[in-house]
Amino acid sequence: MSATPRTIRFRLNGQPVTAQVAPHENLIEVLQARFGLYGARESCGQGLCGCCTVIVDARAVSGCLFLAAFADGAEVATVEHAEGEAALDAVQEAFIEAGAFQCGFCTPGFVLMTRQLLAENPDPDDDEIRHYLSGNLCRCAAYPEIIDAVRLAASKNRRQS
Amino acid sequence: MKRAAQATETPQVGRSVPRLEAAQKVTGRADYVHNLRLPGMLYGKVFRASVAHGRIRGIDTSAAQAVGGVYRVVTAAEIRAIVPEPYHGPAFHDQPILAIDKVRHIGEPVAVVLAADPHVAEEAAALVVADYEELPAVFDEVEAVDSPAIVHEALKPAGTFPDLKHLKGRTNTNVALDFHLRRGDAERVLAAADHVFEHTFRTQQVMHTPLEPLVSVAEPREGSLTIHTASQSPSFVRIELARLLGWPENRIRVRTPFVGGGFGAKLYIKLEALVAVLALLTRRPVKVALTMEEQFFTITKHAATFKIRSGVAQDGRITARQCEVWWNGGAYADIGPRVTQKSGFTACGPYDIEHVAIDSYALYTNLPPAGALRGFGIPQLVWAYESHTDLIARALGMDPIAFRRKNILREGRQQATGTPMQDAAIDKVLERLAVLLDWEQPFERGSGPLRRGRGVAIGFKACISPTTSVAMVNLTADGSCIVYCGTVDMGQGSDTALAQIAGEVLNLPTESISVVHSDTDVTPYDMATLGSRSLFHMGNAVRLAAEDARAKFRALAAEVGLEDAEGPIVDVFRRKYGMQAGNVIGTASYVPSYTPPDYATGLTPNATPFWMVGGTGVEVEVDTETGHVRIARLVNVADVGTPINPKIVATQLSGAAIMQLGFTMFERMEFDAAGQLRNASLAEYKIPGMLDLPAEMTSEAVVAEQRTGPFGAKGVGESGTFGVSPAIANAIEDAVGVRLTSLPLTAEAVYRALCAARGEPLGDDR
Repeated sequence: MSATPRTIRFRLNGQPVTAQVAPHENLIEVLQARFGLYGARESCGQGLCGCCTVIVDARAVSGCLFLAAFADGAEVATVEHAEGEAALDAVQEAFIEAGAFQCGFCTPGFVLMTRQLLAENPDPDDDEIRHYLSGNLCRCAAYPEIIDAVRLAASKNRRQS
Repeated sequence: MKRAAQATETPQVGRSVPRLEAAQKVTGRADYVHNLRLPGMLYGKVFRASVAHGRIRGIDTSAAQAVGGVYRVVTAAEIRAIVPEPYHGPAFHDQPILAIDKVRHIGEPVAVVLAADPHVAEEAAALVVADYEELPAVFDEVEAVDSPAIVHEALKPAGTFPDLKHLKGRTNTNVALDFHLRRGDAERVLAAADHVFEHTFRTQQVMHTPLEPLVSVAEPREGSLTIHTASQSPSFVRIELARLLGWPENRIRVRTPFVGGGFGAKLYIKLEALVAVLALLTRRPVKVALTMEEQFFTITKHAATFKIRSGVAQDGRITARQCEVWWNGGAYADIGPRVTQKSGFTACGPYDIEHVAIDSYALYTNLPPAGALRGFGIPQLVWAYESHTDLIARALGMDPIAFRRKNILREGRQQATGTPMQDAAIDKVLERLAVLLDWEQPFERGSGPLRRGRGVAIGFKACISPTTSVAMVNLTADGSCIVYCGTVDMGQGSDTALAQIAGEVLNLPTESISVVHSDTDVTPYDMATLGSRSLFHMGNAVRLAAEDARAKFRALAAEVGLEDAEGPIVDVFRRKYGMQAGNVIGTASYVPSYTPPDYATGLTPNATPFWMVGGTGVEVEVDTETGHVRIARLVNVADVGTPINPKIVATQLSGAAIMQLGFTMFERMEFDAAGQLRNASLAEYKIPGMLDLPAEMTSEAVVAEQRTGPFGAKGVGESGTFGVSPAIANAIEDAVGVRLTSLPLTAEAVYRALCAARGEPLGDDR
């Protein structure tokens, strides 16, 4: 572990930041250890469960497989972003109203993927929802409620626009 | 209760209140031990055994110790300096904190490397070398009965259980516990029965896979220890660590925030004793956080073999049943002996059978340990008895629901133990399944390669007993309320449901009540969050504590002359203390009555405080060319008493059913001949995702009441698992005429059975 750390600069949830990162450190470790952001969390460590979902340059990535050094110069957003004065966006409200989680460990990943889905497709049908979210796992299996939440969020967005 | 400004006339129970912590969870701000970092903290990385059974000749830690940044490497020898007998376990004190003398399964912890940088600890742990004298190993639960390979030299039951005393010091056996039940004379009645049916069923070893992997942190202070742990049983952790260290309980504080899934994995001692001794050895905070892979070597669900034999009269009544169950407990007993006994006594199913014999055996093998997983052994039993039931009905040419209707245990009838059934809506669950499935209507069976079938199954479970919950309810001077209880909210929604119960008693809105999470220095004793016991036991304790607070508040109001006043609560405290000050604390403990079973016969008039009932109906479509099974429809019905929070209850039922769908259709821990697990990752061990959902799914609670429960409620966490596996196997036979007797029901297994059924078995099946 003698690798030399380097300094990276990126925008995190809208703010410019810098961090010293070692070449082997992944984005989750840096978000947690340097910035106190725990919404993205490592679970399977293989990019298969979606708990570590982070948005890098407007694309969802598995933070556990994303070397922090590659965030240099990027725009990084976590679930903690978009907590404005209203605190919750339509997706988060919909997850609460639909009861779309139990233990909550996977929830930030589902929230971020749902935001991305609705940005691409404002009115997805159940099949499109299932396929888009198939890379996120929920061991409590609140899947039926998550599908309800996505539909609810879509209708909330439509009402707002 | 006085009408306070914020009080409500709305009933609190029976309302689908969103979870109290919902906003924290959707913003990623909920507190898990996973997130905890303490100043000066060391990370521990475990070096694990590479042989299934072996005597440790030596452990060479020099290369690991030489890695720059390594703080210390610890083996059992150092642990014994502070804990001379470092063996723990809820039923047997058989599991060492780190391996001593022998290793008993691949993946067993042998040494730990400590470093401030977890990557350094991980790199160094790979450099530890252990030398083993390999011993013969045993992996199969039935072979373990007579195997010359003996996993433990002597049995070491925990001293606290009178029913385990006879096992102490027993040698030369892998049978950790044998449980027997004898009701009537099954042997004699079977010999004379009109029809006798015998089948053997097997289930595979699977893993809980909580997405927050097991994690514990120990924080040493002068003369005391704080353990932060993702645990379902903080009170047990405190008591067991106190025993190991020889300390009084009040020097050990166990704290548990939210837990990222448990399902039975996070019970008893998992990493807590390890981090405790590491913190005492180093005088630094120590965190051990398992990877997903390491969880597979830590705790699993029992594989089981179940031989079941029934005598049936000409009219379709089951007259006698014999059950023999072998539970593969792996290398350490964990709670397996309790699974063997306390689930074992329902092995004959929810049927009214006069003559029953049950023999249930907990076996040690050289596999990773097995414990409780969402059902405490019940899903393994239901898999067998409901597959068997369906086979009997088919053989007799009877409709499967009509056959069950004829034989089910009805209210007031005695279960096999002799305990009368009370508040167990078995009949209602069965009838509701029939309605939801349109059972009496013609069913479209498909054509060509796609064949359709349907099946049902029902199961029941006795809540483990006797267990204790203690609660405190604090009414503050402004009339707000805080509930203190040791129940761990790992996703089941206990914070919300318990707040609803307190709110109902105190006439306060649920949303205004806060619930203090497990902290053994603050929250009173609770046996554990397991086996669907919390809503019943802690729910009753919270209800009683809230009633106590209400009575004390009324007495206070009377004392200051405000008993009939309509003003806010704070007026009473102001009158008493001259300002907004003071509080009222209600306390209560709840422990139901229980009569232990007779050792020889297993009989007892009072086996359990309540029964859970769950049933499943499915419609499947089987592709006869590939063996692929599509679940077209899955219907879950349960008796949950009167739901406190209907929405959370429905999510619990469907979540349990989907989890069991994984155990039914594809989840399986695969071991090679040496006992090495081959698929310890989510890449190779698949759990259900969005695309595995049934095309259509319904979850429903029947109208019922648990009269001894808080506001008529009882536990619900496991009921959705009971019927899933056999209902699907029954539907597969209904569709294509082949019977699978081992889980999981993979496309390959179905295809092999189809080939064999048409007389063309695949090469390796011949």
